Amino acid sequence: MNDTAWIDDALSGARPQAMGALLRYFRNLDLAEEAFQEACLRALKTWPRTGPPRDPAAWLIFVGRNSGIDQIRRKARETVLPDEDLLSDLDDAEADMAERLDGAHYRDDILRLLFICSNPSLPATQQVALALRIVSGLSVRQIARAFLVGEAAMEQRITRAKARIAAADLSFDAPDAGERANRLTMVAAMIYLVFNEGYSAASGPGSVSSDLCDEAIRLTRLLLRLFPAEPEIMGLAALLLIQHSRLEARFDDDGAIILLDDQDRSLWSRPMMTEAFSLLDKAIRHRRPGIYQVQAAIAALHARAETPADTDWAQIDRLYATLEHLQPSPVVSLNRAVAIAKLKGPEAGLAWIEPLSGSLDTYFYFHGLHGWLLMQMGRHREAKFAFDRAIALSSSAAEAAHIRMQLDRLEKDAVSAEPGK
Amino acid sequence: MLYAILCYNDENAVGAWSAEEDAIVMRDLAAVQEKLAKAGKLGPVARLLPTTSATTLRKGAGEPLVIDGPFAETKEQFLGFFVVDCMSLEEAIDAARDLARANPGMGSYEIRPIALYKPSELPT
Repeated sequence: MNDTAWIDDALSGARPQAMGALLRYFRNLDLAEEAFQEACLRALKTWPRTGPPRDPAAWLIFVGRNSGIDQIRRKARETVLPDEDLLSDLDDAEADMAERLDGAHYRDDILRLLFICSNPSLPATQQVALALRIVSGLSVRQIARAFLVGEAAMEQRITRAKARIAAADLSFDAPDAGERANRLTMVAAMIYLVFNEGYSAASGPGSVSSDLCDEAIRLTRLLLRLFPAEPEIMGLAALLLIQHSRLEARFDDDGAIILLDDQDRSLWSRPMMTEAFSLLDKAIRHRRPGIYQVQAAIAALHARAETPADTDWAQIDRLYATLEHLQPSPVVSLNRAVAIAKLKGPEAGLAWIEPLSGSLDTYFYFHGLHGWLLMQMGRHREAKFAFDRAIALSSSAAEAAHIRMQLDRLEKDAVSAEPGK
Repeated sequence: MLYAILCYNDENAVGAWSAEEDAIVMRDLAAVQEKLAKAGKLGPVARLLPTTSATTLRKGAGEPLVIDGPFAETKEQFLGFFVVDCMSLEEAIDAARDLARANPGMGSYEIRPIALYKPSELPT
């Protein structure tokens, strides 16, 4: 790491907290962002000389607030406030700030910041883009690359999202317990969107999209530090960690998807899995199951199996039944079909997904799974039809490449099944 | 004399490291450890999982309380540690309960999963 890397790390580590507090002061996202930017510039100038402050977030809030107020006054009547080098006891002020901004304050600030990005009136992609820009501090260019769109288009998308939340009424009072729980649920859903955006677009380690997964995990850990006793947040963290632990194994050299059964399990990240298992252990003690905990438990059963044959499909099937109960959706039922097919054979799986064909007709995974089941049963012509449909609906090159591989397999099987071979 | 060297750092900042940055730090630390190990001076080494994975057992008037999260009091000091190999968090909490019972007075036990463990290389 170079000499100033520690400053970058400290700035990005302190960002959610500092932005959250500045938003509370200024009640305006643009002003808060400008103030934070200014505070970062001053940190880059000051910290190499003075060393890191005891509490980087408190420092940034203090300096950012001053520069923000300065801005407002300057705009009002061109008066200049003293430079923060001239403010005699920044150290004392910083300690004072840290004291006043106690844990509860910080917690609601950060939650509010995340919550405004989770506004349900925003489409999912705008929620994700906004959170990455405002909370994580990714540049518009980085976000645009992750979404595979042009910078100008992303800039526009973020501006539009900001305008919409500026118009929305947001309370700056400390939320009551009910409102806090409500915000937490919305924020968890938004973080899961950030992760899925990265997960579905990733094409291997080191890609911009996999950075989104890292970012989602970082945000979940942040939430967990603020709300250490929420089993669903533990569950979300565990779920994301297990999904992300497979990154190295999920793609072949050409970037095509490798299915769970065919992955090299030695490539799964042990530290991430260990962390996930320990979080799930903690969550289960609360005996308050929720959608993230159940999904994490399913992922953990896959992760704990040393070979695909060791997978506890009966338990996975039971967990999916629980999930269907907690969150009834055709997609959940579709996922359960894999467990059913593994337990009772592809015919049972096929019978299970038949009633879903209407609601999931335009869903890539439905046709992918449909084709896979038909292929298992030797109904090659129908399988090819389903795979063709899946390719038409695929939303990434990796998805399409995976289905093409299945089609190749199908053709090879067909050739070897010809009489005389 | 045996010494324990305890690492403290800002978890937010360390959590902001990329996988590459993390790997570089671990590599540089390993080089230092190797030197100590060769000299027969290195005991067990552990990297702990983030504090978010911690559970704390706090002694009180009645049965000890089990609290999610790390030990957060500042009026008590870090006095010692145990490494236990358990099947589950429940089993680890039970072990901490036994320790708490055997230990008079108040105090807390933070139960933190270990991410990376290297056994002692001290000459026996």
